[in-house]
Amino acid sequence: MEWHNQLAQYLVTGVTTGAIYALAALGFTIIYNSTEIINLAQGEFVMLGGMIAASILPLLGVPLWMAVIIAIAAATVVGMIFERLAIRPVKNPSVLNLIIITIGGSILIKGVAMLIWGKDDRPLRAFTSTQPIHVFSTVITPQSIWIMAGTLLAVVLLHLFYEYSITGKALRACAYNRKAARLCGVSVERMVLFSFGLSAMLGAFAGVLVAPITFTSYDVGTMLGLKGFCAAILGGLGSNPGAVLGGLVIGTLESLGAGYLSSGYKDAIAFSIMLLVLYFKPAGILGKQMEKV
Amino acid sequence: MKKLVLLTVILIFSGIAFLSVATAKKITLKKPYKIGAVLDVTGGASGLGEPEKQTLMMLTDDLNAKGGINGHRIELLLEDNESNPDNSITKAKKLVGEKVIAVIGATQSGTTMPFLPVIAEAKIPLVSVAASWKIVTDPDTKKTRQWIFKTAQSDSLAVSKIYEYCNKNNISKVALITVSNGFGDSGRGELLRLAPDFKITVVADERFGEQDADMTAQLTKIKGKDAQAVICWCIQKGPAIVAKNFKDLGMTQKLIMSHGIANQNFLNLAGDAANGIVLPAGKLIVAEQLPDSDLQKQVLIAYKTEFESKYKGARVSTFGGHAYDAFTILTNALKKSGAEPEKMRAEIEKTNNFAGCSGIFNMSPTDHEGMTKDAFVMVQIKDGKWDLIK
Repeated sequence: MEWHNQLAQYLVTGVTTGAIYALAALGFTIIYNSTEIINLAQGEFVMLGGMIAASILPLLGVPLWMAVIIAIAAATVVGMIFERLAIRPVKNPSVLNLIIITIGGSILIKGVAMLIWGKDDRPLRAFTSTQPIHVFSTVITPQSIWIMAGTLLAVVLLHLFYEYSITGKALRACAYNRKAARLCGVSVERMVLFSFGLSAMLGAFAGVLVAPITFTSYDVGTMLGLKGFCAAILGGLGSNPGAVLGGLVIGTLESLGAGYLSSGYKDAIAFSIMLLVLYFKPAGILGKQMEKV
Repeated sequence: MKKLVLLTVILIFSGIAFLSVATAKKITLKKPYKIGAVLDVTGGASGLGEPEKQTLMMLTDDLNAKGGINGHRIELLLEDNESNPDNSITKAKKLVGEKVIAVIGATQSGTTMPFLPVIAEAKIPLVSVAASWKIVTDPDTKKTRQWIFKTAQSDSLAVSKIYEYCNKNNISKVALITVSNGFGDSGRGELLRLAPDFKITVVADERFGEQDADMTAQLTKIKGKDAQAVICWCIQKGPAIVAKNFKDLGMTQKLIMSHGIANQNFLNLAGDAANGIVLPAGKLIVAEQLPDSDLQKQVLIAYKTEFESKYKGARVSTFGGHAYDAFTILTNALKKSGAEPEKMRAEIEKTNNFAGCSGIFNMSPTDHEGMTKDAFVMVQIKDGKWDLIK
């Protein structure tokens, strides 16, 4: 196989995985922007998306698209309930306290998922046929295309939302300066609730997109969440385009690393990158330098 | 004074009454034989562990219905290690603490190896249902472990069978793709070690993690080499992902997998991608297709019929078969030796010409597994069914 075909193949895998990491990373960024906390339960929302879809599909016998929508909606609700019950009532809402609460939340969600769905792996049907498409000698599965297109759509919609809708602008206001936003009449509490819901929605969307390729089980959230976090850090925590860029970069480097270096160290790549970024340029590629006022 | 005398008399009488009741119970009921089992009932290996659990429970009920062993009931203490090696050690220690006379398990090589020292220290026999040869033989000293036996065919036998198939089909160059865990490491070791004996060249040696969700990078690398067959050594969901990636990439080499995929779970996860895969398997899954002259056929069909009628909707798997063999060998030994661990151990070692589900067992002090490569047959997957390759 010519080297350029091999490279192209690795890139296809890399971009596909990277798109999923990008969606997960966006979830981190959105919540960080409105609350300054890192929601370490983000990975579990990705898991919930895939798991709910995979379990209600045979249970209710609904068409796939409906199962997907129900799954994403359900995960969004879980995200909002999580904010209401675990984040909002905290009396001493320091950033560190809230981060630790999200860790607890992630363990809880994972545990409940295990009790409800057991520990087995579940398959999810691919959205369209499984016939792979050949572009020259590179193979792309239709599901990969769904993932790339879906992520692109989500990113574009998110951008339009932030730029042109009132709620989007309110969210950006909260990111810049919470006090000032509050003074302008923005209900910061509602924005926090909204960002949790939005993050959960994006995470669940990633979950249903990737489940047909990787199967899903109660514990896929941990690794996906961590890699999404690495991607968010790489791209610059707080920057949406950064999150997408970070996700794509990590996905691609993982794939290239597995192909050209050693397949055994694939997971180490994401974490090594994160360590390097934190050491050399903590603000990330596109991150804004944090100013302390 | 009177009260004191009365109290003392009452105490003495209750004491006598209590003692007589206690001793009476001891005389009339024979102590049950406690057999422990640590299995991967839930978690990634549940597809293998669940039928093992069902088999042990079924056989225990059968034996107890016949009056147990020499009047002793069998009490099965079954623990689930959740496919986790650390849990395995904890559960093994728990069983030893409950004074079991023998242990069966665990399901995977990776969940069995860690608690071998616990068993050796307790000096009770262990009959494992996992595959790695390192379970019964110390890899450093090459000596047979005294208290450990197993009923799952060694990976070395599986590899020999695969290479025999390759020789028959003019395949001389193979690519390996193996998982980084106990099972995968052991299999890969055997694949590399035995290749020269069968004049096979290994042109690629890829690895992947147990939790990895995508192996296209590794397979793409293999696609670029001149392998005629790809051998994948893994259990749980890994092989299903490899099968799907393999099919998506349009790879045309022969895809060969380990005996670890010989269960319904793999067929469910892999779907169409499983078609054409060749594997060595215990004879259980193709029992009806065996010639009538096969010594194991009767045992296999009897086990299959009983299992499928007791557990409606479940299909037999070779792993349940390993559990069947472990239980039967253990209880056969118990019948002759009684519950004395050293005598049990010696008796198990004398197992001779036992036609079980996994193979025909001939154990000895230096062979605590007792099977040859003919315990395997080559099988091809076709439309969700196992086809015997004659």
